[in-house]
Amino acid sequence: MNSIPVLHFLYLSIILFSIGLFGVLIRKNAISVLMGVELMLNAVNINYLAFAKYWNWNTLTGPVFVVFVITIAAAEAAVALAIIISIYRQMKSTNVDEVHYLRG
Amino acid sequence: MIEYSWLIPTMPALAYAVIILFTRRSKVLSGLISILTMAACLGLSVGILIEVLAKAPADRVISISWSWLEIPPWTAHVGVLIDPLSVNMLLVVTLISLLVQIYSWGYMHGEVRFSSYYSYLSLFTSSMLLLVLSNNFLQIFVGWELVGLCSYLLIGFWYFKPEAADACKKAFVVNRVGDMGFLMGVITIGMVFQTFDFAEVEKMVSTGVANGTFQTGFIAGIALLLFCGAVGKSAQFPLHVWLPDAMEGPTPVSALIHAATMVAAGVFMVARTYSLFLVDQHAMTVVAFIGGFTALFAASIALAQDDIKRILAYSTLSQLGYMIMALGVGGYTSGMFHLTTHACFKALLFLGAGSVIHGVHNQDIWKMGGLWKKMGITAATFVIATLAIAGIFPLAGFWSKDAILAAVYESQIPGHIVLYFAAVFTAFLTAFYMFRLFFVVFTGEPRDHHAHDHAHESPFTMTIPLMILAILSISVGWLNLPGFDAYSKFVYHGEFHEEVFNWTMAWASLLVAIAGIILSALFYYWKVFSAEKTAETFKPIYLLLKNKYYVDEFYGWMVKKFVFGLASICTWFDDNVVDDGMVDGSGWITRKMGSLFSLTQTGYVQNYALVIFGAVAVIYLMVSF
Repeated sequence: MNSIPVLHFLYLSIILFSIGLFGVLIRKNAISVLMGVELMLNAVNINYLAFAKYWNWNTLTGPVFVVFVITIAAAEAAVALAIIISIYRQMKSTNVDEVHYLRG
Repeated sequence: MIEYSWLIPTMPALAYAVIILFTRRSKVLSGLISILTMAACLGLSVGILIEVLAKAPADRVISISWSWLEIPPWTAHVGVLIDPLSVNMLLVVTLISLLVQIYSWGYMHGEVRFSSYYSYLSLFTSSMLLLVLSNNFLQIFVGWELVGLCSYLLIGFWYFKPEAADACKKAFVVNRVGDMGFLMGVITIGMVFQTFDFAEVEKMVSTGVANGTFQTGFIAGIALLLFCGAVGKSAQFPLHVWLPDAMEGPTPVSALIHAATMVAAGVFMVARTYSLFLVDQHAMTVVAFIGGFTALFAASIALAQDDIKRILAYSTLSQLGYMIMALGVGGYTSGMFHLTTHACFKALLFLGAGSVIHGVHNQDIWKMGGLWKKMGITAATFVIATLAIAGIFPLAGFWSKDAILAAVYESQIPGHIVLYFAAVFTAFLTAFYMFRLFFVVFTGEPRDHHAHDHAHESPFTMTIPLMILAILSISVGWLNLPGFDAYSKFVYHGEFHEEVFNWTMAWASLLVAIAGIILSALFYYWKVFSAEKTAETFKPIYLLLKNKYYVDEFYGWMVKKFVFGLASICTWFDDNVVDDGMVDGSGWITRKMGSLFSLTQTGYVQNYALVIFGAVAVIYLMVSF
């Protein structure tokens, strides 16, 4: 495990983050957007662990934060899915472009 | 007694509070509280006079201070300053106030707001005594404004009459003009000398001028700023216009405030700050000429007036001008002496006029006539006061007026000969118009029989003060009999100078006064000449005098032309620049900015996400390069 350089983790993380960002910005389906967000969060988690491993494994700050992020991501997914379901009930659609009531 | 001197302004203030808070419903109780308080003040003042007289002349100045407000590095003090000048004023104010309050008992009989009237009189006397006793510029200013307020309240006592309401506003506004200068003078003194105390300022001025720290012109500037206040309060030209209108108030008020005491506050203030004026001769010259001009100017207007109180008001203006002129030519003692005698005979004249008005319910002298038989005491006391103001030997006015004429004649200021002749001519006019008033009102045939039949002598509460004042009008002048000189030895500024009474000049001025009386009698008693025909012959002059030189009209025109002009420019600025430009403009800009930025609110959630990530990217780039 020590043989894998830290940069490789960062490459993985950046690829994952970019895929997530792409999904968030491009996909029209609200569930896909949500999935993009989850990918981005996981990219961050990888960063945390990689830096924790190569920097200082003793303080546990990085792994603890990862646990928090996973928890919050779960809560966020629950709230987001609830919102998506109510939007679907209202509009019979989950296309984010059709939800623009707040246009100025 | 001197240690209790702080009670003198405090007691009437308490009387005011008690009347307003508790005894307003009982007229008798309110009046009694006010009168008894005043009697106590008079008693205290006499006690202080006796105590001061017992001291050696050098020890007669006693100043006591209490700290009032401390705002470091400043401390404002309240205090009392007992010296011959303030003792003199104390006696004048408390005595006249007491007599006027007794007189008011009869005059204001049946008045609904009787208690309020007495409470105002108490408040006025308290403020006036605060002013008179003050030992610093701050306190004198507080008293100064308070007497102005009381004057306003009492002129407008019958506020339901539109003339009274207008007159009290006019008095207040005109006084503001003078008080502005006074306030600026006081502030300058505070800034330059770091103290308001009269004695300390006086000392700093004398040492500062001697060693060249202060230029005399600078001190003269401060003195003239203070003099602005005196011009307003003592109704000198050009701020004299409020005093004749102030006659709308009850007549006893005119006697107390607008003849004997408050209007003399300006003269008193100049005397109090005399060392500032003495530094520069130009300041003294300005003071003397304003006084002399007012004396002549007002006396000439009084020739053609028909309202009994207005004639007396212009006479007051003229006599105040005399006092100011006396101070301006260096006649400190003669100015204050004339203030004292004038307070007695002018209060008597006003109270006598009040008695006449009480009898005939009219103020137009041409509706009176032949009142001598109906109102014996009033007429007798009135003629004494008239002789006194005309300066007839041996009444009070003779001694004080003559002292002023001598001071003017012997002074060193440029143009004092002009002033002297103006003053002598004023004395002639004074004798003429005062006897015109007397002859028209009290002698001859009644002109209005209805009013005449109704006329009656006033009750004793009114006649007793008249008689006391008549005795004073005769005898107060004797304080300064040549060789006796009790007054001159008591009230003086700096070193005492023995003054030799100039009998030649005295007889000359007496002759002038008698000439005035005889001329007046020829017109209005024996009717050798016809006043109407003379008025017809000199119609332009008569109209000019009758309309008071159109000063009020000129001020009205000035206000219309300049003040309203300035106001319309300001209105235009307000409407177009402030309202349309700035207020509406800021609203317009806000709305336009809002509609511009609302374009960014697309409602597409992915747009927002793009902007957020774009912004993060931009910030990252900015931070890393």
